[in-house]
Amino acid sequence: MNKFWIIASHTYLSRLKTKMFYISTILVLAFIMLMANFDSIIESFSGEGEHEIAVIDESEGLYDTLESSVADKDWEITQLTSSIEDAKQAVINEEYSALVTLHVDENGLPEATFYANNITDSQLVSDVQQSLQQLKVRIATEQLGIEQAQIMDIFSPIPFEKISLDSNSKSEEELNQARGIVYVMLMLLYIAVLMYGNLIATDVATEKSSRVMEILVSSVSPVTHMFAKILGIALLGMTQVAIFILVGFAMLQSRKSEVGGMLESFGLENISTTLILYGVLFFLLGYLLYATLAAMLGSIVSRVEEVNQVIIPMTFLIVIAFLLSMFGMGVPDSTVVTIGSYIPFFTPMLMFVRVGLLDIAMWEVLLSVGIMVATILLFAFIGAKVYRGGVLLYDKSTSFKDIKKALQLTKKG
Amino acid sequence: MSLLLKNVTKRFGKHTAVNNLSLAIPENEMFGFLGGNGAGKTTTFRMILGLLDRSSGEITWNGEAIDYEKSNIIGYLPEERGLYPKLKVKEQIVYLARLRGMGKREAETELNKWLERFKVPEYLNQKVEELSKGNQQKIQFISAVIHKPKLLILDEPFSGLDPINVEMLKEAVIDLKNNGTSIVFSSHRMEHVEELCEHLCILQKGNPVVQGSLREIKRSFGKKNLVIHADMSLDFLKDFPGVVLYKQTSEGCVLQISSEEVSQEILTRIQGKGFIRKFDLVEPSLNDIFIEKVGAAYE
Repeated sequence: MNKFWIIASHTYLSRLKTKMFYISTILVLAFIMLMANFDSIIESFSGEGEHEIAVIDESEGLYDTLESSVADKDWEITQLTSSIEDAKQAVINEEYSALVTLHVDENGLPEATFYANNITDSQLVSDVQQSLQQLKVRIATEQLGIEQAQIMDIFSPIPFEKISLDSNSKSEEELNQARGIVYVMLMLLYIAVLMYGNLIATDVATEKSSRVMEILVSSVSPVTHMFAKILGIALLGMTQVAIFILVGFAMLQSRKSEVGGMLESFGLENISTTLILYGVLFFLLGYLLYATLAAMLGSIVSRVEEVNQVIIPMTFLIVIAFLLSMFGMGVPDSTVVTIGSYIPFFTPMLMFVRVGLLDIAMWEVLLSVGIMVATILLFAFIGAKVYRGGVLLYDKSTSFKDIKKALQLTKKG
Repeated sequence: MSLLLKNVTKRFGKHTAVNNLSLAIPENEMFGFLGGNGAGKTTTFRMILGLLDRSSGEITWNGEAIDYEKSNIIGYLPEERGLYPKLKVKEQIVYLARLRGMGKREAETELNKWLERFKVPEYLNQKVEELSKGNQQKIQFISAVIHKPKLLILDEPFSGLDPINVEMLKEAVIDLKNNGTSIVFSSHRMEHVEELCEHLCILQKGNPVVQGSLREIKRSFGKKNLVIHADMSLDFLKDFPGVVLYKQTSEGCVLQISSEEVSQEILTRIQGKGFIRKFDLVEPSLNDIFIEKVGAAYE
């Protein structure tokens, strides 16, 4: 096996065996599970479905009509014949979740008052209100002598289609899909760069501070070492993300009936292949750019504790890129987004937003990819030089002047 | 001829770390590098290994430039010891050996042999951070020699070891040499260099001040040491012409004399003055040469 792969697989396997890997994987998995089952968890806490609402009917027959219309709700109603004061007391004693009094106004239309210990459960309030609204419509229309079928016609939503005349822009359906994918990819890239960038820098700094680096770079060239490290961590990241996606997918599959709607609104049902390919491309480019930067920064520190300090500027860049892209999701055609999509640090996120939400010319995409590739090569070149000097540089304090010192070390002068 | 350094110079900005160093290190030999702190030993080693580019000059191994293609035949023990603290000895050594082109199985077999030899087979599955410093050094040494390098560079191999371990490592180094490895090593300890090396070089602030074969160096140094044990006072020898240094000892004195002829004059001078139990003309020690050439006592 060639030395590049020995280092890459060593980096991958030794990281895979660490507690950190297990802990972070399990934490994120727990988070995914929590999110996927969020509604049922909330339900089990709030005890929904056990709501029993007391109703005092001061009219005639309203209760019966209401009862028939709330049969499929997750709350029940019970008619009370006691006085309002007694009923209120029963609510205060938590025998009932709420009390509703029904009466009829001079036009024969229903009116209601809702009493509860607190009215923070807006879900229940609006549910009750909605049922009563339907009741009112039904009574009012009956008084006017309109058929049920005609009411349905009146209340059915208007067929309203949005079509863009500019042949370049995307249809509503496409846009919804794209937003979902863009969002997922932005999140993934953001997390990947933050987590794995840090991991690369820490790994390099660990090897440097334990002084094993000098032996390593006497066996293989620093450039080989640096890129093998970047690949090894990338493989680790892919493993982790693959686990997340698999578990997340399985989770969603098992609850498809309940969360299917959410999936659809995220555009994850029928995904456009081109967009996925763009996503993978920009993800890889983004990872490579930031990983190279992280390896370079990791090589100039002498102690592991200093890693966080030197990668702050890199973290800022990625946070700015993320914020810009979130802004860009809303206004993808703004000038800021357009300009930003050509700045290499922002390209992977902003250009992907533009590719996903706008129909932009191929040359624009190619240009930005070209700029990115050139920047990555430049960074790899400088990074490798800094790396080569950096790994031999042991200074008490670390500053960005060390980049200059590291470069001087590799000079022949 | 194997390792050849020709007019090698290394400058860091305005500072010259190694100045115009030319060396020929014959195959199958041990070559000693001496010098104080900052003399340029480690810089020279790093240049040989290609970790640093030289400012000018040439370094060749059997006539070819040394690059990463040759890394499989080179072994290196850096001055600053470094191993992965969290890795087990086995994982660590096998990884480093594979980076020197060894197969996994082969590396494991060799590692077991070395651990047996150093009488520490129980460390195979221990983490490096759990070992004592001296034992870490044995592991580090194994990592430098496990792939049977043709050229072995040892930067201060014996520092921080107890005498028993020093002997163990010395034997290992001598065995490697006898099996055809050319060894370059630096040391603070003159007696190690004196004992192990045929050729040596003393660096001072980047300049080679003495170099050549040990015997030649001693012979051309000219001065000899004279050890006299006698019952009478030898104070008067302090001002004897030809005596460079006078050092009182409990049983007499040790003199450094400018040439061996002086010893005969001294002998006639002290004859009959008292009982002389010992009169011994000896070669100067490397330490004497070092002190004279570098101009300051070392250690």
